[in-house]
Amino acid sequence: MAALLEVRDLVVEFPTRRGTLRALDEVSFDIAPGEVLGVVGESGAGKSMTGAAIIGLLEPPGRIAGGSISLRGQRIDNLSRREMRRIRGKRIGAIFQDPLTTLNPLYTVGRQLTETMQTHLDIDAAEARRRAIGWLEMVGIPAAAERIDAYPHQFSGGMRQRVVIALALCAEPEMVVADEPTTALDVSIQAQVIALLKRLTREKGTSVMLITHDMGVIAETADRVAVMYAGRVAEIGPVRSVVKAASHPYSAGLMASIPPLSHRVEHLPQIDGAMPRLTAIPTGCAYNPRCPHVFDRCKVERPELLPANETRAACWLFDSHAPRERAHV
Amino acid sequence: MAAIARLWNSDLFWSFRTTPTAVISAAVALVCILGAVLAPVLAPYNPFDLASLDLMDAFNPPAFMEEGSWAHPFGTDDQGRDVLSAIMYGARVSLLVGVSATAFALALGVLVGLLAGYAGGAVDAVLMRIADIQLTFPNILIALLIDGVARAALPRELHDQLAVYVVIVAIGISEWPKFARTVRGSALVERNKEYVLAARVIGISPARIMLTHVLPNVLGPLLVLATLNLGLAILSEATLSFLGVGVPPTQPSLGTLIRIGNDFLFSGEWWIAIFPGLALVAMVLSVNLLGDWLRDALNPRLR
Amino acid sequence: MFAFILSRILQAIPVMLAVALIAFGLFTFVGDPIATMLGQEFSVQQRDALVAALGLDQPVWVQFLRFIGNALRGEFGLSYRLSRPVADLIVERAPATLELALCASVVALAVGVPMGVYTGLYRRSWLSRAFLTFSLIGVSLPTFLIGILLILVFSVWLGWLPSFGRGDTVQLGWWSTGFLTASGWKALVLPSITLGLFQLTLIMRLVRSEMLEVLRSDYVKFARARGLRDRSINFGHALRNTLVPVITIVGLQLGSIIAFSIVTETVFQWPGMGLLFIQSVSSADIPVMAAYLLLIAAVFVLINLIVDLLYYAVDPRLRTGRGH
Repeated sequence: MAALLEVRDLVVEFPTRRGTLRALDEVSFDIAPGEVLGVVGESGAGKSMTGAAIIGLLEPPGRIAGGSISLRGQRIDNLSRREMRRIRGKRIGAIFQDPLTTLNPLYTVGRQLTETMQTHLDIDAAEARRRAIGWLEMVGIPAAAERIDAYPHQFSGGMRQRVVIALALCAEPEMVVADEPTTALDVSIQAQVIALLKRLTREKGTSVMLITHDMGVIAETADRVAVMYAGRVAEIGPVRSVVKAASHPYSAGLMASIPPLSHRVEHLPQIDGAMPRLTAIPTGCAYNPRCPHVFDRCKVERPELLPANETRAACWLFDSHAPRERAHV
Repeated sequence: MAAIARLWNSDLFWSFRTTPTAVISAAVALVCILGAVLAPVLAPYNPFDLASLDLMDAFNPPAFMEEGSWAHPFGTDDQGRDVLSAIMYGARVSLLVGVSATAFALALGVLVGLLAGYAGGAVDAVLMRIADIQLTFPNILIALLIDGVARAALPRELHDQLAVYVVIVAIGISEWPKFARTVRGSALVERNKEYVLAARVIGISPARIMLTHVLPNVLGPLLVLATLNLGLAILSEATLSFLGVGVPPTQPSLGTLIRIGNDFLFSGEWWIAIFPGLALVAMVLSVNLLGDWLRDALNPRLR
Repeated sequence: MFAFILSRILQAIPVMLAVALIAFGLFTFVGDPIATMLGQEFSVQQRDALVAALGLDQPVWVQFLRFIGNALRGEFGLSYRLSRPVADLIVERAPATLELALCASVVALAVGVPMGVYTGLYRRSWLSRAFLTFSLIGVSLPTFLIGILLILVFSVWLGWLPSFGRGDTVQLGWWSTGFLTASGWKALVLPSITLGLFQLTLIMRLVRSEMLEVLRSDYVKFARARGLRDRSINFGHALRNTLVPVITIVGLQLGSIIAFSIVTETVFQWPGMGLLFIQSVSSADIPVMAAYLLLIAAVFVLINLIVDLLYYAVDPRLRTGRGH
């Protein structure tokens, strides 16, 4: 099946006083129609930046310095402000992290919904209102017909995030970028909101780019996973393969640090060291200073995504053409 | 040398070097300050030396006008006084009052702020309520009121002698709340930090804790506030003097000069008021620009 | 709603009392009203009679209560300088100041808010930079100098507009207005610009910084992410949210316009309360100073109340309680 979204060699740079910083370095991945792609990694790995680049809302002075983003084969990374505005909301929705701050405090939720729909869909005010109530019902707001005229501060955090989901989906986009949609919520509510997002997008056939650092959420929701490290994709593949049998040493370390639910463990393995800052990314593989399997080539040459078991991993251990100096996997 | 190199490479100085407005305004401020401080040395005439005044020289226009001469580049006033020299001496008074008033406001504000922040409770509530009430009124009104009270309370001759100090105190009092608020906010935050509690446990006096821990934390914001307030204080003084209730006419500041020149506006001798006005604007504008730059440089988030 | 207003009025009472105390202190302890009223020569009997008549022999708190009672009835005694009731003087001068303040506020708001919005939205355009430079000069130029420059250019050199006074006024009851004659309007132009310019630059800078703050907020980002039109984001979502802080500061600024009119009225010899006040300060006319102080305080309290009510109208978080 042809990809819905194609990201190819995406480079995002920030000019600063001490030179240009590369926040994203040749990031590539696809999302198929109806697919949920989980994007995981530590804070600062570039997950949110990738999402912002896709919806064309990079914070200045950050800018796309190379590569391409295509939606159904059409380039969207070089569109004018006007053209990009028509894609945001209408074809690519977005869900942000903190529902307490993403809703405009001065407008009723109904007004925010109808404004969004009337901007993108050719419907009149009455129809917009009817649909707004429908959306509030769909996302599980009780007494939606009355609550439509309530202001955001009259809803709890979980309810507000449901409203945000309704806002992201109300113009029926082909995909949604959900940036840490449950991080700011109470643990007890997180599962409900994720389940809601999963159910609605499945019903509508909407693709989702689900950015999170919660591996549990990914394991339960995503079809495929991309693991990001220091502005690059370290590994990408089907969710089961990445979670159960990660190929890249970094993803393997990341997965090993998830506590298993089936039994108690005394010690959780952890990865030594910290992700490098953007100002000091090592040459070769960005992970080489922390990698238990590092060999000479890793310090010199940067690995591409290579087929590795059932996934693709940016690691020289999987280069079938060159001899491995030390193969432990 | 190493210290100079470090200063040159520091973030603050880097920001200074690469901000043209900062460099230009620093230069203008420097010229104003030097001209004012060194007036007795640099000024071509002594405007207070009555013997040197010649009424035949009165109302000479500035040098670039037809009847002007380079003997008096900015012309002369009704008494034949050289306007340039009068400006330099006047700037001296303006600067003196401005700096003293700001220092007074700073000292008062820091004292009250530390007291309120450290004591907390009722003391804090009362002091800050006073600051709030005062902040709702414009500075100039407060200063005018204090000046008026001093005029009523002091015998006339004594008042004339003390006029400069009255103005300094009046402007200082009108500006203290901003300093107090800044210091108090920081004192409140620091007061509950572990190291302050630890210091208290081992018996270090509150005053010492305030001075060695709280104060250094607010030096940056205080410096910015003081710079911006210096501009305001100079303006307040000029306004009071223009209104005729500031410094006495025997020690004319820039405001006094403008007041005097204002009377000759209609007879065409505009330079007597306008040149002191321009000097005032140059001084205040450069100080304000420096303050703005300093605020941005010390607080990069706001850029 | 009613409870809200009531609580605000109750909060204002201590402020007014504090200001009244200061005014009373001025009145009672500064200067010597007896000497001022009786002149140089008087007998002990005369003096005692006046002390008793003025209630100066009673305890201080009684005097304070009497002072407040008088103030509430608008009685502030006689002006030392003009020997006329202070209340009469103020009523006579108030229309001139209020009309000037009104025009200056209109100038400041009608020009300052759009300029602030523009510089906030298009922060890198050359026009924004020009506006900002202009505002910096506005902040650094003392009001009296602006007045002098305007007079020099438009009165002395061009001769277009009058440089002093109110022009012809029309008496409507006790209110004298300059709004009904051409010369009244002409006389208002320069003083209004002079008085409004400082507030204009302040309002512009405030609106700009609030706009920048709000444009960075998550809900504006989310509005963009939903693909809303720029016009709706800038004016619907962003501008409306800047209104809350802007209303506060602007409200207070408009209050200070009345106080700042002291300077403008001096420059333009405008026969208002400010000119009256400055004349009282230079002649140490305490009753007028005390009355003016109380009046200004009352104006500020009133403006604060109006500001709170406007909040109420703009921000639904105050209007509707929390509910789940």
